[in-house]
Amino acid sequence: MTDKSQPSTTRRGFLKAGIATGGAIATGGAAHAAQEPDPLITEVQPWAQGLGDGVDAVPYGLPIEYEDDVIRRNVEWLTADTISSINFTPIHALDGTITPQGCAFERHHSGAIELRKEDYRLMINGLVDQPLIFTYADLERFPRENRVYFCECAANSGMEWAGAQLNGAQFTHGMIHNMEYSGVPLRTLLEEAGVKPEGKWVYVEGADASSNGRSIPLEKAMDDVLVAFKANGEALRKEHGYPVRLVVPGWEGNMWVKWLRRIEVTTQAIESREETSKYTDTLEDGTSRKWTWEMDAKSVITSPSPQSPIKHGPGPLVITGLAWSGRGSITRVDVSTDGGKTWATARLAQEGQDKALSRFYLDITWDGSEMFLQSRAMDSTGYVQPTKDQLREVRGLNSIYHNNGIQTWWVNAKGEAENVEIS
Amino acid sequence: APAFAEKFGLGRPALPEEVAAWDLDVAPDGTGLPAGSGSVEDGEMLFSENCAVCHGEFAEGVDNWPKLAGGEDTLADEDPLKTVGSYWPYLSTVWDYVHRSMPFGGAQSLSTDEVYAITAYILYSNYLVDDDFVLTNENFLDVEMPNADGFIVDDREASEAHFWNAEPCMENCKETVEITMRAAVLDVTPEEVSEEVVKEQEEIKAAAEAQAT
Repeated sequence: MTDKSQPSTTRRGFLKAGIATGGAIATGGAAHAAQEPDPLITEVQPWAQGLGDGVDAVPYGLPIEYEDDVIRRNVEWLTADTISSINFTPIHALDGTITPQGCAFERHHSGAIELRKEDYRLMINGLVDQPLIFTYADLERFPRENRVYFCECAANSGMEWAGAQLNGAQFTHGMIHNMEYSGVPLRTLLEEAGVKPEGKWVYVEGADASSNGRSIPLEKAMDDVLVAFKANGEALRKEHGYPVRLVVPGWEGNMWVKWLRRIEVTTQAIESREETSKYTDTLEDGTSRKWTWEMDAKSVITSPSPQSPIKHGPGPLVITGLAWSGRGSITRVDVSTDGGKTWATARLAQEGQDKALSRFYLDITWDGSEMFLQSRAMDSTGYVQPTKDQLREVRGLNSIYHNNGIQTWWVNAKGEAENVEIS
Repeated sequence: APAFAEKFGLGRPALPEEVAAWDLDVAPDGTGLPAGSGSVEDGEMLFSENCAVCHGEFAEGVDNWPKLAGGEDTLADEDPLKTVGSYWPYLSTVWDYVHRSMPFGGAQSLSTDEVYAITAYILYSNYLVDDDFVLTNENFLDVEMPNADGFIVDDREASEAHFWNAEPCMENCKETVEITMRAAVLDVTPEEVSEEVVKEQEEIKAAAEAQAT
């Protein structure tokens, strides 16, 4: 077994939340009798006497100040600057499946641009009967759909290929968000222009300097791709592509082109920078996979986790997390507390939705001993989330992208959790 | 009753000038490449003026900015160096990306001939052409990219078919569980500075000042 005498954190500690344990002394079992009356109950509190804010205090609200740790975080050393960079969704602190837009991760290649609806233009050209220009107002007049999908960066968990590196679910799995999109099927717009029979691909690009051009096979473009302008009920955030972005269900986030300005129907893939130099996955023999579009089934326990330690001591414990698959819906999530020796099937909060996040729970009674927590997702195609070692057997260590290996959190007797790899 | 017409009649025809302004992409077979040319010699000067501050005078990269040259035969190494010369399959991508998205912060400022020249210089930096080389739309496809055959189309459904295993192990799946790696040992996660650390830092600073006086 593991040497329990090992320090569980570095000298300086890691995240504030990670060391804010102790204090509560719980012994498990039934509810405890109070020794003295609780002044929060016996004394009249100011909020029960005075007045709160008026309805005009905040026309558009932010979370209460006590939730100020539920924010996007950046890891400076990952990229050369913060313009072509990434930040992370605080998944360790969220519940349910819908990501609040204000803390949903960002990934830009030349920054988050400001593009007014009035200045917005969308061009469809190439192998079409009639090249077209749409204004934003035009797009609002096409029949609309609403769909919930996850957007996961191809590089999510990429820093973990060579081993346990970043300590927190936010950092290891937080390049993801899940929103309800309102928009027009790309198919509708392509049909408006009339795709010629020679058209086999679409090349999509953004209005920003990086352009982020990517090639998508026509089959996918005509299937479930959306040209979206609302997310979670309101306009897209600037950083998420305002006023219009592409939604490419189940496929790597890089293809979800933001500030979408042009769709070109072509005979061939353009093999742009973002599908040759980047978003290609190098294998052990030095060859690389290209066009690895689907994001495979994956899951992570969001609590307990390094940023969300157990503070209440032994007794009832909610183990919860997220599961998703780019190939279909989540059908089952298994959870292990002993590093994969034994597994229990968790409870899905609701039936898995196609290419969207699923929330799972496993309610246990924690006896206070150390745990090696893992989750394992299964999807509607029969795919079972592999271990990291199983992935490395096929791919080696230099794939960068598409790491969907099983995550392990080592929870010690104090309830602190750490990102580890185990045999 | 509403009529479901085949088309909605929304949008307007794109004008040729508009398509020409936005449709800049170049495909691997040269489709989209405009007429023009540029020499390694001109490219060296242009690269020095526009690119070297981040990518280095020899395209070798500065600090954490991308290296555009070097890394030959390293793709199967423990730490591969992926550059235009060692990794990129098509020259079209270099021309297209530089033309549309570089320099970083000043994109779309290079003329057609300037992009040809810079592309020629990047080839020269990777020892793929001689110093008197002139790249044109005519000889563009003659340039051989070393890793042109280095890519395969996604084969996960075949090479990872064993992950489609609807009956995973539930009990007695392994004998032992040992920790092999710990993130806290590496200690590279951004920290939120706790009061304890602030106090510690102040004490160190005070001690340092006391020593200095």
